[in-house]
Amino acid sequence: MELLVAIIIGVLTCCAVFLILRARTFAVMLGLTMLSYAVNLFIFSSGGLKIGVGAVLNATEEYADPLPQALVLTAIVIGFAMTAFLVVLSIRARADLGNDHVDGKLPVAKNTRQGASS
Amino acid sequence: MIELLFIVLFPLIGSLVPVLTARWSRSYSALATALLPLAALVFVLQLAPAVFSGETLFYKLPWVEALGLSLSFRLDGLSLLFLFLILGIGLLIILYARYYLSEKDSMARFYGFLMLFMTAMLGIVLSNNLLQLWVFWELTSISSFLLISFWWHRADARLGARMALMITGFGGLALLAGILLIGNVLGSFELDVVLSQADVLQQHSLYPVILILVLLGAFTKSAQFPFHFWLPNAMSAPTPVSAYLHSATMVKAGIFLLARMYPLLAGSDLWFLMVTITGMTTLLVGAYLALFQHDLKGLLAYSTISHLGLITLLFGLGTDLAAVAAIFHIINHAIFKASLFMAAGIIDHESGSRDMRKLNGLWQFMPVTATLAMVASASMAGVPLLNGFLSKEMFFAETLHQEVLGALSWLIPVLATVAATLSVAYSARFIHDVFFNGQPKGLPRTPHEPPRYMRVPVEVLVALCILVGLAPAYIVGDLLAVASTAVLAGPLPLYSLSIWHGVNLPLMMSVLALTLGIVLYFNRKHLFRFQAELPELNPLQFFEVKINALLGFAKKWHHRIESAALQRYLMWMFVIVAILLIWPLQQMGEFTRHNAVQAPDTLMFAATFVAAIAAIATVLCQRQRLLSLVMISIVGLVVTLIFVRFSAPDLALTQLSVEVVTIVLLMLALFFLPHKISRASNAGRLIRDGAIASICGVVIGSLSYALMLEPQQRISDFFLANSKIGGGGYNVVNVILVDFRGFDTLGEITVLGIAALGIFKLLTRLPLFRSSSDAQGRQWALDKHPMLLAVVSQALLPLALLVSVYIFFRGHNLPGGGFVAGLVTAIAIILQYVAQGVDWVRERLTLEYHRLVAAGVLISTLTGVASWAFGRPFLTSWFDYFQLPLFGEIELASAIAFDLGVYLTVVGATLMILANLGKMTTEHRPVNKGQS
Repeated sequence: MELLVAIIIGVLTCCAVFLILRARTFAVMLGLTMLSYAVNLFIFSSGGLKIGVGAVLNATEEYADPLPQALVLTAIVIGFAMTAFLVVLSIRARADLGNDHVDGKLPVAKNTRQGASS
Repeated sequence: MIELLFIVLFPLIGSLVPVLTARWSRSYSALATALLPLAALVFVLQLAPAVFSGETLFYKLPWVEALGLSLSFRLDGLSLLFLFLILGIGLLIILYARYYLSEKDSMARFYGFLMLFMTAMLGIVLSNNLLQLWVFWELTSISSFLLISFWWHRADARLGARMALMITGFGGLALLAGILLIGNVLGSFELDVVLSQADVLQQHSLYPVILILVLLGAFTKSAQFPFHFWLPNAMSAPTPVSAYLHSATMVKAGIFLLARMYPLLAGSDLWFLMVTITGMTTLLVGAYLALFQHDLKGLLAYSTISHLGLITLLFGLGTDLAAVAAIFHIINHAIFKASLFMAAGIIDHESGSRDMRKLNGLWQFMPVTATLAMVASASMAGVPLLNGFLSKEMFFAETLHQEVLGALSWLIPVLATVAATLSVAYSARFIHDVFFNGQPKGLPRTPHEPPRYMRVPVEVLVALCILVGLAPAYIVGDLLAVASTAVLAGPLPLYSLSIWHGVNLPLMMSVLALTLGIVLYFNRKHLFRFQAELPELNPLQFFEVKINALLGFAKKWHHRIESAALQRYLMWMFVIVAILLIWPLQQMGEFTRHNAVQAPDTLMFAATFVAAIAAIATVLCQRQRLLSLVMISIVGLVVTLIFVRFSAPDLALTQLSVEVVTIVLLMLALFFLPHKISRASNAGRLIRDGAIASICGVVIGSLSYALMLEPQQRISDFFLANSKIGGGGYNVVNVILVDFRGFDTLGEITVLGIAALGIFKLLTRLPLFRSSSDAQGRQWALDKHPMLLAVVSQALLPLALLVSVYIFFRGHNLPGGGFVAGLVTAIAIILQYVAQGVDWVRERLTLEYHRLVAAGVLISTLTGVASWAFGRPFLTSWFDYFQLPLFGEIELASAIAFDLGVYLTVVGATLMILANLGKMTTEHRPVNKGQS
């Protein structure tokens, strides 16, 4: 079980990092969204994986670790706010600068031909 | 002794006076500026009797006591001497500058910087803490930079100031290192603790390092060879600045440091060698180069270097008498050099030139100034009956008693005589070349006497030269005694301050130097010719070339590293993170030896498979943006299911609702971003990024696995045990959010609100970039709001709102709470926007979302503030149970109010983000009302 969750976290991180390293803002947004999935899962799993135990008191003998859950809960909401800000920033950048490259300008010389299409 | 604080504080406040009185007439402004330093001087005079009777006064204002940091002042004999010099000469400079500065110069700026500099100097000499001393030390560097570059429109002033700042700043850093080491070795930075531990320090293995570092600080500041070159270049400052900085203050700060550290650092062979050799070299080099200057101030600058070398040499000799002679020469040099600089300034001011090749025969034009300058120069040359003679005699006498160099010890008095000869020669040049020797050549204007009061400071100082020279014991005897006691930290040696000691060797040396000096001056042509054949060294140019090379080097690397390419930054960040994580992972050992692993089941295999496929598909389809969006939403759903599976219903609820809004958001973003994306990366780039990403994935996955298997040391048991009794709720996650860690949550909803406001601001007056068709060239559907969706969404709205209320209230005891409820409400309303359009919603919902955000944050904050009313700390929670007819027992808790704030903020922020972004496609775009 633990290994599978770790594999999911690893794959998500890998894809997220790759996306974040792209040159277009939309890919970076996707990457950050995916990275926040991975990070949330990471923090959540650090409390241990418990199946079928109580989430609230008095339900069962054993409980899931509430602290990582509380941390992740706010992280999800904050992560949304951050993604939203980034999205709007990229829209604004595209509107003001005329392209959606992360540096605000398309690379010169060899990539000029591709840049013209966006 | 609070007066010690006032002595430093008054001139600091005084730096504002000239600015505030800038509109007054120049004389009144100067007078007002002089008042606060004058008050400080009165304090000094008031405290002086106590110091003369042998006391050391202290004042301490505690600050961070745990770190040993406090404002700590001391006033002993050495400080007293410097206080008199700084304040006394400082006041004379204020008077002098009033007449020196022209109408074009900003007097407010000049006096402001001068007062700041004075404060820094006073701070150095009064500090009882080494770190504090260092702070004031750096302040002198900075304020002297401002003073030297006062005429910043001139390139030489800027370059000279920069050079002075860099050399003294470099020394300052060395000094700081030395001070930190001293504090490390001796365990304190307080001078009264440190100074008594010379034995401990000098036995320590770090002593040579400390000594070198501290001496670097002192030598750079007091312009000792080979750091002397900044001083002549600092002559581009206005003359009052030169007179102040290079006679009594700035360069003397280095000397002061030597004197201050004398009881702690002196006495070793290393001290003797380094200080003596540096002092002797500086003495000779300065005196020799002074002879060849054609600029009046240049001559005085090199002469200052030479005299500073003399004082350093005396401290280096290490005998008690030498130290007394050094102190005495500090006083004498300050007096005659300040008056000479001022005289040079008068000559420059009234004749328009400082070039000694043009200045000749000024005696006939300004006899009074000439007389004063001649007396001061005679003192500089060491002519009997003047103060310079006395300390020079003591110096000669001390050079005769040295045996450390063994059979070569005779060199010291011989070299001293050579230096004195040179000193006589350049003094003779100052007198003869300027005031006699024919007629002036090509001066811009006819020289005349300066305004009456401009000469007063010179007269006062020259009078002191004569008085000290005639009756040294009466005028400076006591001051010299207390200052020397402070430096020696022990009994004073026997010395006599009379003018006549009989015919002895030192007197013979003086006579020899005077005679040879005069002879040398009148035969200077040969020397000048010899000097002219030497290759010319221009330290300023050399320095600039080196500095520019350094800057070019830094710029090159800066551009290489800071390339303004986000991808490159991120790449390095990930690489570094991966590298930093690999090593500790390697140390963690094998995984298997810890907790038993739970057996995987089919469901989890399926989840892993789907998540991995969807994540990889997101990457592969990233150029078909809508498809990749679908893929990433699958990943989000799997994550939600994992939360469900592993007993985290709160997280699952939140993740699910955030998932909805995120996807809506990204779809909106798609509308505004380019639809066609060409392949931007080449294969090499893809392989590189793929490798980095894989490494990161492997590292993070392994770390996560290791963390899950690690034996758990949980702090969560505290929350589990106290959730009900302390927070009144069964849902521990919710109680942590609204109670235990309520302050964090308050911070988080504030961030949420700020992000929403930032988005609103970014969207105002956004130039629209709309495409009329999708990537395949198909037109957007005309049916904007499909009937089916409209009907269903209308029916859903009340239901969804009811659900959110239910989730909100049960949150304290069952999964739910403000965050989830807020998201559910927001989604219900967004659905209306999607289904019915902006206009339809606008008619029915007139709420302003940013008010909602503000109200939410306010309610949560006020809930926290309310606990103050009950005398409890911020955000203390309260709850109790009540019996109601029909309902039975209900619980009321302050956490509900707090959660309400969270709810409102989440609703407001989410709607503000999505609704405003959605409105971009309609005519209800956010606009800045103030501008439109």
